[in-house]
Parts: sequence; structure tokens; C-alpha cells
Amino acid sequence: MRDKSLLKEDTDRVDGFDKVTGRAKYFAEYQIPGTTYGVLVPSTITKGKITGIDSKAAERAPGVLAVVSHLNRPVVAGYETGKDQGVPNNMMKIFYTDQISFNGQPIAMVVADTYERAVYAATLVKGTYAKEAFETDFEKNLSKAKAPKNPAQASYLRGTADAYKNAAVQIEASYTLPTETHNPMELHGILANWESADKITVYAKTQGVKATQGTIASTFKLPLTNVQVNSEFVGGGFGMALRTWPLEIAAIIAAKQVNKPVKLVITRDQMFTLAGHRPYAFQKVGLGADKDGQLTGITHEAWGHTATYEDFTENVVSMSKFMYNSANVNTTYKIVPLNVGVPIWMRGPGEATGAFALESAMDEMAHSLDMDPIAFRVKNYTEEDPEKSRPYSSKNLKEAYKMGAEKIGWSKRNNKPGTNKDGNWLVGYGMSTGVFNASRGRASAKGILKSDGTLLLQSAASDIGPGTGTGMVQIAHEVLGIPVSKITFELGDSSFPTAPSQGGSATLSTVGSAVSDVCNALKAKIAEMATQSGLSASAKFVDVLKKNNLPSVEVTMESKGGEEQKKYSMYSFSIHFVQVKVNPLTGVVKVSKIVSVGDSGRIVSPKTARSQMVGGAVGGLGMALTEETVMDHRFGRYVNNNFADYHVPVHADIPEIEVVFVNKPDPYINPMGAKGMGEIALIGFSAAVANAVFNATGKRIRTLPITPDKILA
Amino acid sequence: MINFTYVRTTTAKAAVGLLAKEKNAKFIAGGTNLVDLMKRGVTAPDRLIDINAVPLKQIELVGNMMHIGALATNTAVAEHELVKLHFPLLSLALQAGASQQLRNAATVGGNMMQRTRCGYFYDTTMPCNKRAPGTGCGAITGYNRMHAIFGGSEQCIAVHPSDMCIALVALDSTVVLSGPKGERKLKFIDFHKLAGTTPDKDNNLLPGEMIIRVEIPTNKLAAHSYYVKVRDRASYAFALVSVAAGLELQGNKIVDVKLAMGGVAHKPWRLLEAETFLKGKMATEANFKSAAQIAMKNAKAYKENAFKLKMAPNTLIEALNLAKSKA
Repeated sequence: MRDKSLLKEDTDRVDGFDKVTGRAKYFAEYQIPGTTYGVLVPSTITKGKITGIDSKAAERAPGVLAVVSHLNRPVVAGYETGKDQGVPNNMMKIFYTDQISFNGQPIAMVVADTYERAVYAATLVKGTYAKEAFETDFEKNLSKAKAPKNPAQASYLRGTADAYKNAAVQIEASYTLPTETHNPMELHGILANWESADKITVYAKTQGVKATQGTIASTFKLPLTNVQVNSEFVGGGFGMALRTWPLEIAAIIAAKQVNKPVKLVITRDQMFTLAGHRPYAFQKVGLGADKDGQLTGITHEAWGHTATYEDFTENVVSMSKFMYNSANVNTTYKIVPLNVGVPIWMRGPGEATGAFALESAMDEMAHSLDMDPIAFRVKNYTEEDPEKSRPYSSKNLKEAYKMGAEKIGWSKRNNKPGTNKDGNWLVGYGMSTGVFNASRGRASAKGILKSDGTLLLQSAASDIGPGTGTGMVQIAHEVLGIPVSKITFELGDSSFPTAPSQGGSATLSTVGSAVSDVCNALKAKIAEMATQSGLSASAKFVDVLKKNNLPSVEVTMESKGGEEQKKYSMYSFSIHFVQVKVNPLTGVVKVSKIVSVGDSGRIVSPKTARSQMVGGAVGGLGMALTEETVMDHRFGRYVNNNFADYHVPVHADIPEIEVVFVNKPDPYINPMGAKGMGEIALIGFSAAVANAVFNATGKRIRTLPITPDKILA
Repeated sequence: MINFTYVRTTTAKAAVGLLAKEKNAKFIAGGTNLVDLMKRGVTAPDRLIDINAVPLKQIELVGNMMHIGALATNTAVAEHELVKLHFPLLSLALQAGASQQLRNAATVGGNMMQRTRCGYFYDTTMPCNKRAPGTGCGAITGYNRMHAIFGGSEQCIAVHPSDMCIALVALDSTVVLSGPKGERKLKFIDFHKLAGTTPDKDNNLLPGEMIIRVEIPTNKLAAHSYYVKVRDRASYAFALVSVAAGLELQGNKIVDVKLAMGGVAHKPWRLLEAETFLKGKMATEANFKSAAQIAMKNAKAYKENAFKLKMAPNTLIEALNLAKSKA
């Protein structure tokens, strides 16, 4: 029967068993007969021209089939068209010219019959270069910042600019976030197999099989149907697999050159240079308030880096425009081109960077006003979106503040910093708000009801870990009442009905709506068939199919949002609470308790939703305390490009994480009333930690990560 | 491919004999560092001599000496009842190192032989006098947050990465070596060396020598020993600063004290002057602070590791406090 309860009992992750037993197959595990192995040869200079590539020794090495570079690559049809056509987004055309724009840029790919032989031969390829002066130091190049072309990121003004400067109480502060690297467990790469001269199949690591299909098709000028992309399992993405990288194109070029399948799996250090990162960011925030704590002005300026060869932009300052009730708000966002590989969205893209600054500043203001940080936020609460002057589709933050405060034990917090102790350790409590656009895009799905009582659903969606399939089968179960165990959701195949890439917390809302619509259509179809064949309209679909002598019935349809998207501002919200303990002698910060509250509509899949929030908290803890990609600007090279020196949190860093959901359906966004939560799980978290550290020590750390040296400084 | 030969041996004598035969041969046991170095192109031995089958895994009390074989794993030592009872400092230091998986594979000898974690040492395109003598030091004017504040040279400011060795140097250990000319003993404090003008050499092992065992004299520090490691994350991270502290107390009077620091020098850094100051004095916060000041004499910071000038003495005080209060 249809399950109408709001919070259902937990359904296990549908692919959990396959994942933990190794049955789940990731791109690098596929074997096609005749597969050869590609290894990239990275540039050792940061900017300049390649004057020569000596590949003789490599070519003579055992097992080597080719050394592919700009000097000898086959024709790539999309390279030869105009600047804005062919290769999408002005993506760097790999092996196209002698230009080097960043250190580690591939100058060649060695293809050999085994991986080990390719690795060795790659060390024999010697590039010679004409070096040019380069710039990698973000802070030194702030003056070269430019405004992004994207109008959505233009400067914003509501009321009077810099109104905070006239306020009774003012704070003005700068915040710095270093470059972060996604570092999913799974290394990036592709297995490329040309089936014929104009037909290709790839096994990819991608957050969007359709996007990958499109990029390959346009780069090689192939019909979409001649490009088959498979990506059933992805070993973590966090945004880095939201685009096709030049390295994947390199493997496809090499496969053409050697006329054999080529498998490319890049190394961990190449993950730092070739597969994106969260850009370095510098931000200035000015807040003004009257003596009662009413905000009168918000100024938020942000700078982030990009590459010299391609612009990357993200929404860093948007939260400041709509989160709090202030008559005057002005924001700007600029990008600084550097000789680095181009950045890419990383979980909570832009907003996580911006929320660190805004939510730290909110805490600083609450302190200046001698107000409780929650009371200060409630004082400036807004039921309407002040940026777009329209209501929120749903927002339950006041309730969420209460739920989180109670769970963390906020009443034990002392508003005066540095006064709460546990032995020699200083204890502090901090909180922060997170917010991300809750969207519903356009997606299609196919549903096949079979006479054996099962339902098969297909859509070219992805699952980078949140549990896409688990959510989808529960949505289908709710509509059709078929047991979850009899429903299969297939994804990660570009021949399935179109779905958007898995990014921006939109999959459950977008693909889920398509699944919901398809299931409702199937239900209607079965009811119609039942009546036509003399059965009751509520007859079981198995009986209806049997009566009609049909093995199955199928529906494919597209689903998208409507007018509601113009009437309402739709956001998912989170509130993060942390308790920290700080050792004043050694500077060590331990996060001792975490409570994350999600206000993201109705919870469709409780177990995977909780996991999302837990994963976001762990990522946020890394952002707050440990993660930083360090570059030596004399060389333009990263110096901590490995798992030993780039510190993602380990179990010992992670305390008990309590996840709480408001769990109230959003009446407008989609049939499920559910909003995405992948981003809000992380957004704001780092500010909660920084605010807790301030509460514990009286020390305001405005540069992440909060490592022990910064506590002692 | 870069080929190498691989041979297994079952006795120390045979191992030493094999090592002498080939100029560019190396012993391999746990391989937790050597394999990384080979993968990264930092080292390329012609021959690997697998010594895992050599019977040097003993952990035993011989008279008033604890004998720990070179091939005892870090986990075996850390969890051994005798070690926990008599030398908790060693157990704590071992448990602060690496990860459980690495400790299961890593051996005592290998731990002593591990190379620095300096990023310039591992990136073969960068200058590094330790990896490629004469190419310069990448860290001195580069990213030196993790680097030495004591005993650095113009040629190298890398730090020794081990935690185990910090405890071993504090405990007045001795290393037993076997070489072509027979066995010899070396004080643990003299095993590792400062970088000086030969940063490519981490220690004073002579060509052809093999580590046989470590000997630790029994002491009365067990009741008041502590190892504090300050690092960027709670596990699986190298020390910014670490301190091994052992106190022998009579009431609140310090009868004996052993102190050493990690993450601050090219070798495990024993704090003999601070020990001399504390001996016979009361275990008070004021005396701990004075000792910490003495310990910091001649410290020199670089652009990004100046924080260690504060963190190191603070951590010493923390370690002494914790050692003292430990029941």
C-alpha cells in the first residue's frame, strides 16, 4: 500500500551491498579486449612554449605503441572550428599547440601495452621549453581582478551602497580561504574505445553521462547517438566530475591514434593539477546594525581565482543578498586569472566560500552587540526573499534554530568568550546558517511495469554517492505502492532518457519528479487498461497485464517545473552547531560535537539523507580545520599533492554527528515536496567551527584552515 | 621499466653479505617508505634484499635491558605488555605515528631508516640537496612550515619524521648494528645526524651495516611518561612538534627526567640542558616554563615555521604537565 507517512522507516542503500562487496564496477575496472594504457607526461614549467618533445627513448621502450602530442596527434574535428564552437566552454584543447599555461599541463601521452610500461616510458619523454614569467600567487595578483562576464555575477545593489559605514554598530573584516582540492577516493580517468571511425564507447567517471556525451560529440564532431557513455558507479565526485576534462579528450585522441581502447587513470598528484579545485578566495564583509541588532547594511566583496585560459566563476556573494533582512546590501565578485589548472565547483560551490565570510561576520556582529548569535539571526529573519521581493516556497529556520540549539546544548554556551573550560581545554559553541538554491530542472525517465510484479526505471542520471537510486525507488514506491525490493532504478548510461548532471543538489528534485510523473502515468494507464478490460480500476497491475496478455507496459516522459518557479524563491537551508575544545598551550582544536539541522522539505530517503548531512559535516570539518592546497609560487607547483600531506579529516577528527531534519514538505517545488541537500550539508559549517573557536578562545580566525599554529599566533 | 633484482634472506649474516655484494642494494622489510620512494622516482635500488624472514622480531627483557629486534613491527612493540609496563613512552609514541595499517607493516629498523617527508625531497623536479646533492634546498626560502628550528644547515632544513625515535632517544637507547667488520653498538642519540654539509645522509650507518636491535635500559619513568604530538589532524599526520617526556618523581621532586622533541630537527632532538635544569627541582609549572625556555636556546625559525618557537616550548610544558599528572 502507498506509504503516506512523512518520515518512513529507513530503506537501505539499494547498491550498498554491491559497493561493500566489490561487485559494483567503476570505470577503471572495465576490461575491453586489447585495452592499452595511457600515462600523461606533465609539463615541468608553468608558462611558456614547448620547443621540443624528445620521445625517441620512450618510443623504443618495450611495449610502447605511441607518444601522442600536439606534434603528431590525429585530426580532432572540433579543434578546427571557431573559438566558441567545437570544444565546449572554451575548454583547453589538449595537444593542440605548444602553449603551456600551468605546471603539470600534459604535453604528451604515452600509450603502452601495460600500465607499468607506460609509466616508465612516460619518464623517458623529455620536453624542452621556452619559459615565460608566470603568476600563481593569488594575493599578489588581486589588482588584476576582472569582473566575470556572466550577468548573474554582476555587482548588486539594494538601497544605499556601503550603508554599514553609517551604522551605530559596525564590523568590517576580511576572510581568506585557501585553495581546496576535492580528493575523492576514486582517481579520475576514462576508458575510451572507438568502435568504428565515427562511433565511440567510453567508461567514464562523470557526474553527468549526457554532459560527457555532449562534450565528446562536439569535440570530435560526432552525432550524439554515436557516443555511448557509461558511468554506473562513481567513487566520489564532490564536483570535480561535473565536466569533461582535457585529460579525457587526450585519452580519446590517443585511442584514435593507436586504434585500440585506451585506459587512462591519472595519479593522485595529477588530481591536484588536472581535475580542478575550489578556488582561493579573499573576501571583505562590512556589516552595520542599530543598537537593537537590526541590520542596516551588508557589504560583501569577493575575489576568487581562475585560470588564464578559461574563466571559472561561482556564486560566492549571493547569500548576502537574500538571507537577512537588511534594507541596504551591495556585493561584488571578481576573478583573478592565474597560471593554474582551471578550478571547478566543489561541494557547496561558491556559497560555502561566501557563507564562511558572511556567517563569521554575523557572529562578529552578534559579539559586538553582545547578543546571542541565534537571537541576532532571528532578529534579522525574513519571511520574504528581499532580493527578489517574493515569498520563499518554504522556510522553517526559526524552528530549525530551536531544534539544533536544544540538541547541542546551546544553553551551556557562555556568550563571553574564553570562559568555559573542561580541565585545561577551552570549550566553545558556535553555529552558522547554510543555504543553497533548491532547484528543479528538466529530466526524463522511463518506467516499465512487468507482469512479474517488478518495476524498472531508467534515466541518464548519476550517483556520485548520495544514493540516487535509493531515493528514486522510494519515490516510485510511494506512488505505486510496489515494494521497494521489486523496483530497480538504472542510471549512468547515456542511452537512457535525458537527465541533468548531478550537481547543485538538484537530482532528487529533478529526476525524482520525472520518476514521480512516470509512475503516476503508469498508474493511470493501468487503471485505464483495467477498466477497459473489465477489471476494477484499482486492480493490481500484474492482474491487469495478465488479463491483457501483456508482458509489460511502459511510459517515457519528460518532467519540469512550471510557474511556481517564478512565484517563489526556493532554497534549502541548514544550520550547523558545533562544540569545540581548544588546547590553549598546543593550539589543537577538537570538534567535540556536531549537530546539523536540515530544512530541505520532506525527507524522501531518511537513511541516505542522513548520510548526506554526515558527509557534508565531515567535508565542512576539513574545510574548517585541515584542508589546504599549498603551492610554491617560485615554481608554480603544489607541494602537498598527496594524501599524507593534504589533510582530509580522518575518523579520529570526527566526533558524534547528530542530524536533525525539520522534514516539512515544500508545497511548491515538486510532487515530493522535497528539496536537495547535498550542498547545504557543507555550506556554513566552517563558519560554525570558526565561531565556536572564537567562543572558546576569544580569538577570531579569519583564514582557513584553523590549524594549531593559527591558534597560537 | 626500471628493473631491480629481489632476493630473500633468512639470516642477518647472509643479509649483510648480500648487501656488500651490490653497491646499490637496499634492505626491504615493511616497505612503507621505500616503496613510496621508488614509485616517486626518489630512489631506484638495483637490488632489494627482503629481510622479513630474518629472526629479529624479539621483544624481551634481558637483565636490565629491553631488547627489541629490528624487524619487530611497530604494532607489536606498541602493544607488547612489557613495553606498555616498562616503557609506556615508547608505546605512546608509536601509537601517535602513521596509521594502524602502516604500523602493522612498519618495523623498528624501517622506522629508524625512514626519510624525511619534506615535499621538495619527494618532487624530483624540485631542488633538494638531500635527494640530489648540489641542487639547493627548496625549503629554505620555500614552503617550510613543517621544517627544522634546531640544528638546521644552509643546505637542508628537513626534519626527521619518526615518533618512535623521539621516545627511543629520550630513553637512552642503544642501537646494535652488524656490518662486514662484525657487530658494533651506537648510542641512539648518535644514530641519526644533523644535515650539515651532507644532508643526503640521514644517519651514521656505515656502508654495509644492518640494524639488528635496539636496547633500552630499564628506568623509573614509567609512572610519569607522556608523548604529546601536535599535528594538523588527529591521526595520520606528521608532527608539527612532538615531545616525549618521562619523569621520575619523589613526591613532587624530580629525581630523573628524560626529554626529547620531534618535528624540530634533522634528528630526534634530545633536550639534555632542560633535563639538567629540572633534575633535583620541584615539578612546578614555573620550573617547567624555565626548562622550556632553556630547551629553546639556539632555535631558529624560517618564514613559515616561526609558530614552532611558541608551539615547541608550550608542547614541552604540556607534556611535562601530563607526565606529572598521569596516575
